[in-house]
Formats: sequence, C-alpha cells, structure tokens
Amino acid sequence: MANLILDDICVRFGGLQALTDVAFTVNEGEVVGLIGPNGAGKTTVFNVITGVYKASSGKVSYDGTTITGLRPYQVLSMGVARTFQNIRLFQNMTALENCMVAQHSRSRTGVVGAVLRSPGQRREEAKIIEESRRALEFMGLGKVMDEVASNLPYGHQRRLEIARALASEPKTILLDEPAAGLNPAESMELMRDIGRITELGINVLMVEHDMKVVMGICNRIVVLDHGVMIAEGLPEDIQRNPDVIEAYLGQ
Amino acid sequence: MDFEFFIQQLINGITLGGVYALIALGYTMVYGIIQLINFAHGEFFAAGGYMGVILISYLASQGLHPYACLAIALVLAMGYCALLAMAVEQLAYKPLRNASRLAALLSALGMSIFLQNGLMLTQGVYDKAYPTEITSGGFHWGLISVSYMQIFIVALTASLLVGLNVLVFKTRIGRAMRATAQDKVMSALVGINSNRIIAVTFAIGAGLAAAAGIMVGLYYGSVSYTMGFVPGIKAFAAAVLGGIGNITGAMIGGLIIGMVEIFAAGYISGEYKDVFAFIILIGVLYFKPTGIMGENVDDTRV
Repeated sequence: MANLILDDICVRFGGLQALTDVAFTVNEGEVVGLIGPNGAGKTTVFNVITGVYKASSGKVSYDGTTITGLRPYQVLSMGVARTFQNIRLFQNMTALENCMVAQHSRSRTGVVGAVLRSPGQRREEAKIIEESRRALEFMGLGKVMDEVASNLPYGHQRRLEIARALASEPKTILLDEPAAGLNPAESMELMRDIGRITELGINVLMVEHDMKVVMGICNRIVVLDHGVMIAEGLPEDIQRNPDVIEAYLGQ
Repeated sequence: MDFEFFIQQLINGITLGGVYALIALGYTMVYGIIQLINFAHGEFFAAGGYMGVILISYLASQGLHPYACLAIALVLAMGYCALLAMAVEQLAYKPLRNASRLAALLSALGMSIFLQNGLMLTQGVYDKAYPTEITSGGFHWGLISVSYMQIFIVALTASLLVGLNVLVFKTRIGRAMRATAQDKVMSALVGINSNRIIAVTFAIGAGLAAAAGIMVGLYYGSVSYTMGFVPGIKAFAAAVLGGIGNITGAMIGGLIIGMVEIFAAGYISGEYKDVFAFIILIGVLYFKPTGIMGENVDDTRV
C-alpha cells in the first residue's frame, strides 16, 4: 500500500514562494510524471518529500504516516529512495560499494561487532553484498560492479544511481531527470527499466523533460509552473491542455 | 656500535611513531568528515592517560594481575574518552555545524583550554606516576634493548591500526563514514544518519587517542595535565604530512614524525627534538600542502 500523498505543500525561501499548495498523490503501482518549465519547483518537491527542505506549510504522508519533518535518512528507511538530476554517486567507491552504502538503514551491526567480525556481522555483510549485487544486475551493471564509480561511462553512472536507490529496498522511487543526457536508444532502455521497476511493486514519481519518455510510461502527469500546479491528468489530456501548452510555449 | 645504535633508534622510532599515528588518526578522521581541525583532540589523549593511571592503580589495589589491570584499564579508558569526545562534539561542534569554519575552530580551541584546565582542577598540577612494575623487563641483544613495554606498545598499535582499517574499508559503519565524508546530503538520502556517523567518528578517534595516552604514560612513567598539547600538535603535523583527511596518510605521517624525532634526538641533539616535527609541518605546508597522500588520492578519506 505504498501511497504518497502531498497535501497543500507550500515552500517559501525568504520572500520567494517556491511552491504554493501543491497537492497530488502517487498510488500503488503507478508511474507519475512531474513536469514543468525550468524553475517550476519540481526538484523542490523532491527535496520536500525526502526531508532535505522543510515545507513551510502542508504535509506529506506515506503509507498513512506523516513524513513531513522527518530527516532524510528516516524518510529513506520508510521506503522512499531518490536519484539526482546531476549525478551524485560516491565517486571514489566502486559500483558495488555505492549500492552497499544504500543498505545502511537496512542493517544493524555497530562498531564493536564490526571490528570483531562477529558471525552476525559476517552474515549481515553477506546479505548486504547479495542485495547490492541483485540491484546492480537488475540495472545491467553486473559486469562493472568492481569499477570505481568515477571511471564508469555516463550512461552507466545514470543506471548506477537508480541501482543504488533500488539497493535501499524502497517501495517508492523518485527519479530526477533520469533520461538527461541519454541518447534515444538509452532512453528507450531506461523506459523499459522503469517498467520493470514497477513490476517489482515499486511506484515511481519522476521529473523528466524528455516528453517521449514521460508520455510513454507515465500513468498520470502533474504539471507545475512557478510553484503552482496547473494541471493533473492522463498523458493524452495533458498534451492537449491549453494551460500546459501556454506554460511551455509562452503566450 | 654505530649499527646497533641505529637499530636501537629505529625501534624507539617505531614505538613513538605508532603513538603519533594513533593520535593523528583522530585529527584526520574528524577533518575528513566535517573539515574541522579538532584542536581539543590532544586533550582526549591526556584524558586517556589519566584515566589509565587512575584505573590501573585502582584495579591493582584490588589485587588483580598487572596485565589484567592494564587490559581492563585500556578498554575502559578508551570507552571513557569515546564518550567524552561525543559529549564535546554534541556540545561544542554540533551547534556550529552550519556556522563558519573559523567559529568551529575557535570553539575547538576553547574546548581544549576547558578540558586541560578541567584535568588540572580535578587531578592536580603535579605529574601522576604510572606503576612501573608492569613496564619492567625486556630483551637485550648486546647494546640493543627492547622492553616488554615497547613490544606491547608496538603490538597494540599495530592491532588498533589493522582494526581501524577493517572498520573503515570492510564494514557498514566504515562505508557510511566514507560516504558521509564524500557527500553529506547524498549519504543522508541513502539512509545514513550523518549526525550519528559524525559522533561515531569522534568516538573512534578519541578511543585511539586514549590508547596512545596510556601507552605514553607507561612508556615515560608519568602523565601530566599539559601532556596533550605537544604530542597533539606533533600528531597534527603528522596528519598534515600524510595529507589531512587521509587515514593511510596519517599512519605514515605518524611513523615519519616519530622516526625523525628519535633520529634527530639521537644523532643531532636531544634538546631540539621537538623542533623537527614543526620544521616538517612548515615544510609540508610550504611545499606540498596536500601532504603525501593528499586530496587527489582521496579514496581513503574518512
């Protein structure tokens, strides 16, 4: 019952009203697209959901629990993982380690157990590696898992971001422009991957500028302009919506 | 004779270098994770030395075997300093996490003075003597002598360094530390409580410093409330020499500083032994501010 509900979210930075009364839901099994011109507040929505920014008013709830005010690591352990628009991998770690880090909140061993290499710690470590490997293989990165992240080609780094998010065993995943900088063939592959992610029972909220990707896989689309929701609906309706067309093309 | 003298100095250098390495790690780990030079770090070393002598004396008076006293005192003193460091972090650094780096640095200096004076007020201004019966005995080969204490120090230092490497590079806590050092926002978004990891980093660094404090107390036979200052600064020089923020660098830097100090004292002049660490510090800052394993090879940064 992974259910993300945004309820009248407002965000102000000093005098700037970044978001005004943003309210929408992401239901179980859905892929929801969040689109809008540059500066519309799309990434701010992600930052509010994941606890990086505090909402000035309004609330976010997940699985029936209010998550506004939680710290980012707590939001993640509730089951909401995200990727970044500009890639933010741990550059000096291997692909596998990047995924292993994401298992942090799903594991327990403390300092003492870790140094003494207790049987429990070794079992847990084996499980962490297993889960991380599975996430990498899911994203087709099985062959490069021992490569240092910064040495991977761009396309692989993008996929690794998603693999890392999956490694935290989320129920919802927020993708911030996953197709940015990908060529058409890679974008097609990405769409298939997102489809496979939803088959795992994970719902997706994504910000994306590539309309082919957005229209191709989203069940519903939310449109933001200057921090205000100007439309919400099915892809075909959004494409015909005069407000949306105006926001994108100007008057 | 000359060769034996050299070997003797080498052994002494490794002993002292290991102690500096243990202290330097605390500086470098804290710097790696929150970019703060924790000038109060030397005080954890002093606190460890004092806690050690207090516990060893107490346990010995209870009739325990000297080595059992030492082992228990070591563990407890490390734990005590770890808690002390976490309290200091909570009190003096955490509220300044988003303030300028200078503010945190001044807070560290203030904390150092506070802790040093606290030690003076509670423990008195006179040196406290370590029980010497544990430290007696050793091997002799001609003119070379190695005390059991030196063997103990080197062995303990080596196992702590190995333990730290395992912790940082092979465990989830270590991964979380490296991730937090690289990108605090992102590590929070993959589920790491960075405040907790920062506290753990302080605790580990102070634990190592406490072990060093006890070893220095045993080695020199006494501790004093000002003992944190000079070794603290020398260990800082070691951390800079190795490349501040870099764990392997701190270990190498500590050994180099220890060696240089012992050899300079042995071959040049004992009077000036403290000077050489600072000459190295100035030289490194002048010619290669990133140190031996500086930022460009920062995959070991914590």
